[in-house]
Amino acid sequence: MNDTTESLTMAAGALPPWLSFFTLPSINVRLVLAGCILLGLCAGVLGCFTFLRKRALLGDALSHAALPGVCTAFLLTGTKDPLIILAGAAVSCWLGAISVDLITRYTRCKEDSALGMVLSVYFAVGIMLLTSIQHSGNAAQSGLDKFLLGKAPSMLDRDVWTLSILSVIILGAVTLAYKEFKIISFDPGFALTVGLPVRLLEIVLATLIVMAVVVGIQAVGVVLMSAMLVTPAAAARYWTDRLGIMAILAGLFGALSGAAGAYISYLGPGMPTGPWMVIAVTSLFAISLLFAPLRGFVPRFNRVRRTRKKTAQENILRTLYVLGEKEDRLDAPCSETELLKYRPMRAGAFHATLAQLVRRGLITESPAGCFALTTQGAEKGAQLTRLHRLWELYLATKLDLAPDHVHDDAEEIEHIITPELEARLTAALANPGEDPHARRIPESHAAAQMGGQS
Amino acid sequence: MTLTSSAPVAPIEVHDLTVAYHHRPVLWDVDAAFPESKLIAVVGPNGAGKSTLIKAIMGLVPLASGEVRVFGKPVNETRRLVAYVPQRESVDWDFPTTALDVVLMGRYGHLSLFGRPRKRDREIARQSLEKVGMQDFAHRQISQLSGGQQQRVFLARALAQQTRVYLMDEPFAGVDAATEKAIVALLQELRAEGCTVVVVHHDLQSVPEYFDSVMLLNLRLVAFGDVESTFTPENLHKTYGGRLNLLTEVGEKLRRQEWNARQ
Repeated sequence: MNDTTESLTMAAGALPPWLSFFTLPSINVRLVLAGCILLGLCAGVLGCFTFLRKRALLGDALSHAALPGVCTAFLLTGTKDPLIILAGAAVSCWLGAISVDLITRYTRCKEDSALGMVLSVYFAVGIMLLTSIQHSGNAAQSGLDKFLLGKAPSMLDRDVWTLSILSVIILGAVTLAYKEFKIISFDPGFALTVGLPVRLLEIVLATLIVMAVVVGIQAVGVVLMSAMLVTPAAAARYWTDRLGIMAILAGLFGALSGAAGAYISYLGPGMPTGPWMVIAVTSLFAISLLFAPLRGFVPRFNRVRRTRKKTAQENILRTLYVLGEKEDRLDAPCSETELLKYRPMRAGAFHATLAQLVRRGLITESPAGCFALTTQGAEKGAQLTRLHRLWELYLATKLDLAPDHVHDDAEEIEHIITPELEARLTAALANPGEDPHARRIPESHAAAQMGGQS
Repeated sequence: MTLTSSAPVAPIEVHDLTVAYHHRPVLWDVDAAFPESKLIAVVGPNGAGKSTLIKAIMGLVPLASGEVRVFGKPVNETRRLVAYVPQRESVDWDFPTTALDVVLMGRYGHLSLFGRPRKRDREIARQSLEKVGMQDFAHRQISQLSGGQQQRVFLARALAQQTRVYLMDEPFAGVDAATEKAIVALLQELRAEGCTVVVVHHDLQSVPEYFDSVMLLNLRLVAFGDVESTFTPENLHKTYGGRLNLLTEVGEKLRRQEWNARQ
């Protein structure tokens, strides 16, 4: 295994590092990349279930619980063979999981307290063992402390082979027991009543998480491992409402972060892989939080802004229509002052809205600075006024509200009534002609068109 | 314990059932046989142990003593014969799944471990949604449904189990009057098919209208039988009037003692 001597940052040919990475120049680069991607993939997929079961802290507790196992395995055998070390890690993770279970079951402590206690006490024991090993003068021990924060750059092909086998088991098990894991995450009580072995499935799921943690401590270490379990799932939840897609996305996010960590650490010797993976996955989370189409902050903000813009435009159209109605001339010009008198608005928004309406050809501006509805604008204004008055009439007749109480409601509702709701309103009110204030309700635009055609 | 199988076996038989939380009994010595093809209401004040009884029958809470038999067999052997409708609040409705998917979970008991739902299971799930009038919401994410709609999804999930015994924990909670009528019609349909339906119910007024039998419960079984003979002012007074101070106090003592002779 002389490939370890190959320097990670050795450039392939004359390419700069940021490019040469993609030619996968050395076996070492390939190993690190494979290890990190596998870890991200497994942790991301499994993390969905811990996330949805609201056990996000479990991964944190279990990964910290791995440390005493790593040290004990080394103390007992004196080797750093990955199989032995990882077996030790798995055993102590498992003990950690059992401790959490026993504490929640037989004491008054809730699960979060149990997780907190197990996390810190196992980690404390691990650090004690690690410190005494480091001072024992055993030369073989060097590198054991890498399990704290990961040792991706020094992964060997044996490490990666072990990780590959574990990953195949994890992903295979999740694929096989997908429907079972889904139901015990959603409604474990119901799962029990249809005869599923819920307890066994929970143990299998915990074991898979232990395996993912064991995969992870090689690359990111026990301290940062939990981020790889929690964050991809939390990010994926923003993009979809389907568990299957969420699991695939979380796996992809995890794998992508793994690749990013490997890439950045390749660029410079001062760049640690594990922490960069965590930064990468958290960036993905931040991007999801901001930009995911349905739940993301920016699309939501944009939707609100669009609605506000539409409402402002419709308000001005309706004001012009009502004023025109009074003068019996729908294209009656109206000055800015007059408009503002009826429809108080901030000056900036007011002028912007007027400009938008002119651009859309719904109103015209005369050289004297007066505004008037175009034919198209008058149609829109009539339709809005119709919806407004229909709603007022509906509130007054069906909800028995006083006519002077219905205007404010209608001001809001007129913007959101769909043609379907309009048809139902018209039917419920028997195609009325006048609103509660004895004003004419304009004819439905659609109905008028249909009448014209026949 | 002798539960002979000579007589027609009751769908559910509860014998000397006591359930305790942290050693304090919340349900004392309940003895009851639920008759076949009946709509049965379980009523009683808050904290009377109505939900606990249902959960105990489903094997979801450990029994301090006594036993439950479904068609004469222990629950573990007959899980597939009893469908359970939990309270709506018992799950997180923000779970990433659709209404149809939740209903499909009712089929999981009929599938082998790791087996995937087949076309027929999907068909049954779709029909169940239709029966509760939710077919148009099949692909809706479940958090986008109203409380009453979520309740109906849970009901459809139980229907998809296609069993003979249904235990429902407050299926009318948060449901509008029209939906309530529709659900009752559905329950009557089940009864016509020979099913036994046990419903934890809160509205005393509608008991005579909806149900055949009534179980009055307040920490212990007060009365159980036909609505005409059992749903009487005296029995209701026994169930709702007056606190059972002695029973509560003894229960509290048992909790403090942290041990229970029955264990």
